[in-house]
Amino acid sequence: MSGLRQEWEAEAPPRNCTLQDYQGVPARWCPGCGDHAVLNAVQQVARDKQLPPEKTVVVSGIGCSSRFPHYIKTYGFHGLHGRAFPVACGVRSRRPDLHMFVVTGDGDCCAIGTAHWIHTIRYNMDLTILLLDNNIYGLTKNQTSPTTRTGERSNTHPRGNVLPPLNPLSVTLGVTNASFVAQTIDWNPPHLYSTIRAAYEHKGTSFVRILQRCPHFTSHVFTAVQHDMSQVLLLTHDDGIPLEPSMQRLFPNRAAHDPHQLAAARAVAERDDVYPVGLLYRDERAARYDLQTSQGLGKSQAEKMAATEKWLSRYEI
Amino acid sequence: MSTTMADLEATPSTSTVRVVDQHIVEIVSDSGEGAQTCGQMFADLVARNGNGIWTVEIIPAEIEPPSRSRAGASGNRIRLGSNPVTNAGDHADIVVALNEQVLYSRIDAGALRSGTIVFVDRTWAEHPDDEIRRRYQEAIEDFRRRAYTVIEAPIEAQCRQHTDDPRKGKNMWALGLLCAIYDLDAATVRESISRRFSRKGDAAIEKNLALFADGYDWTLANVQQRFRVPAHKHAQPMVVMNGNQALALGIMAAGIEVCSMYPITPATSASHFLANALQEAGGFVHQAEDEIAAIGFAIGCSYAGKTAVTITSGPGLALKTEFLGYAVMAEVPLVVIVVQRGGPSTGLPTKIEQGDLLAALYASPGDSPKIIIAPATIEECFHFVVTARRLAEDFRGPVMILSDANLATGQQPFPKPQLQNSWLAPPVEQAAWDQSVPPFAWDPETGLSRRPIPGQRGGEYVLTGLAHDEASHVAYESAINQKSMEMRSRKLAVLKSALHPPQVHGSAEGDLLVVGWGSTLGCIEEAVDQLRAEGHRVSSLHLRFLSPLEPGLKKIFERFRKVLTVEVNYSDPVDAAFITPESRRYSQLSQLLRSQTLIDIDCWSQVPGSPIPPSRIVAELRRRLELLRQES
Ligand SMILES: Cc1ncc(C[n+]2csc(CCOP(=O)(O)OP(=O)(O)O)c2C)c(N)n1
Ligand code: SF4
Repeated sequence: MSGLRQEWEAEAPPRNCTLQDYQGVPARWCPGCGDHAVLNAVQQVARDKQLPPEKTVVVSGIGCSSRFPHYIKTYGFHGLHGRAFPVACGVRSRRPDLHMFVVTGDGDCCAIGTAHWIHTIRYNMDLTILLLDNNIYGLTKNQTSPTTRTGERSNTHPRGNVLPPLNPLSVTLGVTNASFVAQTIDWNPPHLYSTIRAAYEHKGTSFVRILQRCPHFTSHVFTAVQHDMSQVLLLTHDDGIPLEPSMQRLFPNRAAHDPHQLAAARAVAERDDVYPVGLLYRDERAARYDLQTSQGLGKSQAEKMAATEKWLSRYEI
Repeated sequence: MSTTMADLEATPSTSTVRVVDQHIVEIVSDSGEGAQTCGQMFADLVARNGNGIWTVEIIPAEIEPPSRSRAGASGNRIRLGSNPVTNAGDHADIVVALNEQVLYSRIDAGALRSGTIVFVDRTWAEHPDDEIRRRYQEAIEDFRRRAYTVIEAPIEAQCRQHTDDPRKGKNMWALGLLCAIYDLDAATVRESISRRFSRKGDAAIEKNLALFADGYDWTLANVQQRFRVPAHKHAQPMVVMNGNQALALGIMAAGIEVCSMYPITPATSASHFLANALQEAGGFVHQAEDEIAAIGFAIGCSYAGKTAVTITSGPGLALKTEFLGYAVMAEVPLVVIVVQRGGPSTGLPTKIEQGDLLAALYASPGDSPKIIIAPATIEECFHFVVTARRLAEDFRGPVMILSDANLATGQQPFPKPQLQNSWLAPPVEQAAWDQSVPPFAWDPETGLSRRPIPGQRGGEYVLTGLAHDEASHVAYESAINQKSMEMRSRKLAVLKSALHPPQVHGSAEGDLLVVGWGSTLGCIEEAVDQLRAEGHRVSSLHLRFLSPLEPGLKKIFERFRKVLTVEVNYSDPVDAAFITPESRRYSQLSQLLRSQTLIDIDCWSQVPGSPIPPSRIVAELRRRLELLRQES
């Protein structure tokens, strides 16, 4: 990549990265936490796509889910609550050579980070966003999150949440320039893997909401769904998330959905009787801000000085 | 310098050119009438002539204020001198006002003195509206009562001979007037006008030249107060610009590729400049969704190897504080520029104050040692950015630059910087990282360490704002927390050990030492020079490094009977209700210096929303010196 030292631009010698190469410090999530499954899936995608660990960056905010970067051996940025997005955009702005994942929670993304969420979708820089949605604040111990369902009790709403939950899919699909929106579940590893892989392969911001089990605080929410898959609707399409037929059969409800239709995507996202999983929307032609921000990376020191001199000279007397 | 009415009645033919070593000129109009253009062109001409200048923008509070309103004055103050000019000075010697109401706004601002020569467009005397005619006449009488030297000039009437839209031409006429008064070479001015209007075509050039010539000739024929401020040709190439332009050019000269910001006055104009220029140097300006995102984005860039800058003013600084703490904790190189305005809260958006020093130092929770520097001149605005990027990288953390609204909009000539290759950021390191070296291999003595950058094989690590050990692993153990805090703090001591004690302006000992920081340099030194010339034992000292503070302060302070900070931020006046030595809240630098030196440093600070003119400082210092004299 330009802007880096010349001698390191040459192709690295071929090497074979194994899952072992992506092992960070041992994950400290609760046993049975859906975050483990997401970590495994991302490591598999990294291995299968042979992402060099040094060229891979995982950015997160704060929360149980945001501990993610520590558990994968790549470069990582464990930032501030709600602020993973601007950091990731900043990294991406001048580093088209890196492979980037952003891991966020429902409080991190949909409460404190909302402004950044909306704008990051609109910037459409090449980022794979994984929203690990457990419908609760985990790290701070059981407070209502924006995605908590009506009536659910938490430490901040002991008599039950009075508001309807915010729908991260419809919000994202409401943002101009959204380019990839998908939903998956942590307890079906093939679908989880396929979705993250497709998201990674998409050029632009891919937004993946992952229904994530939190056995510690919200076991009755997604664990219940896990045991009653009729609450899930598998979206199928040739351009959607590829899934083996044998796996598809685990989903009693299936529907064809063309991911190129924004209105249809919004309609599916709005459904409150089922959780649609699969690719809701994809638009490869959406404008990408990172193609703008990475322009000029190849400028030599001499060119930079010449440009500065030109502007400085305008003030000469 | 006062001009009497008798002078006025003398015939122009007897006029002589008075030689003065400095003069203050203002031109004000309704906004949209081009007083700013006139002021800028005049300043540029004078600077080219070899004079020292300092210019100040006079800006209305609203974007489109009603015409002929006191609040609507728009224009420039230009202080020109034979020697370099370091501040906007006190009272205007000459004011050109395109209507009498905008002149009132300057009177309200305390910009005039008795004897100030005021040129007012007399077109309002013949205006069809009775009310306007009446207000004009009353004002002129009032101006005379106030002992200004009033010259009613037929500006609009003269302009009508050359243009159908005199609102758009009066400023060139006024430029002619000023050039005639200050005996500037008309040929040079004509060249400058031709250049300025070259894009608008020949007809526009002709019209503006004609307007200029008319103003020039009318003045030669009708005005006998004329002045010359002798100039020295500069020995080296000079540039003239305002502080925000200097910051922006400094950003480019430092090889910083990304400026991440959210619009806020008075910082924004630097980004306006960069939006165009930085792209040519291969970079860009990111206009984020808010100030939090702006600093987050910059931190992301820096983490990935390209030290970035984020620029803001008071309310934006408030929003950035959580990330600032992160940059300290995770040791991310970053340049943060704060162009201070009046606070607290939204405060005085366009006005000057030096109220963010303590916020810059302490606004983050926990102990968050960071480097803070404050340019005192426009030239320093340029060079300090270059320094800041290097410090940020060498000391691995945020460096804050505190500028202010006075520097941001003031213009001053300075030697054109000779750009250096070594000022630029080196290309991003991508060589393999020695795996045996952890990402925070703090040198036990200095606390310094090198950071791996994404792309460097073997350096993979996770940056975190949580307490962490050398490997950047989250670590809550007491001993690790104690040590990492110590390491981050040590860096400031190391930097301090490399700094020189500041230079005292005046003698190294005496009765009173005035200490300042930031844009007050010129005003303070001018005041001190005046008092020293009268024989007073007063000196001054100006700090550029505020964190860490420059070394040797205690020793310097001990050579004076009294040390006093002069600042443009709030402190309780000593004689107010409820204020006792115990309850009094001191100004910001004095708080800092008192705690650092354990010396009973006093302060004199004001929050007028404008620079404190030298005369007010002189008056206060005189009072303090008198108190000292009585004490002994
Ligand atoms: C500015 C700020 N406010 C509050 C917190 C406390 N906090 C940490 S994580 C968190 C919520 C985490 O919930 P979520 O994002 O859903 O992630 P989860 O832990 O469920 O994975 C909160 C409120 C913080 N770290 N920073
Ligand atoms: S509290 Fe919930 S989200 Fe957090 S680690 Fe435990 S199971 Fe996972």
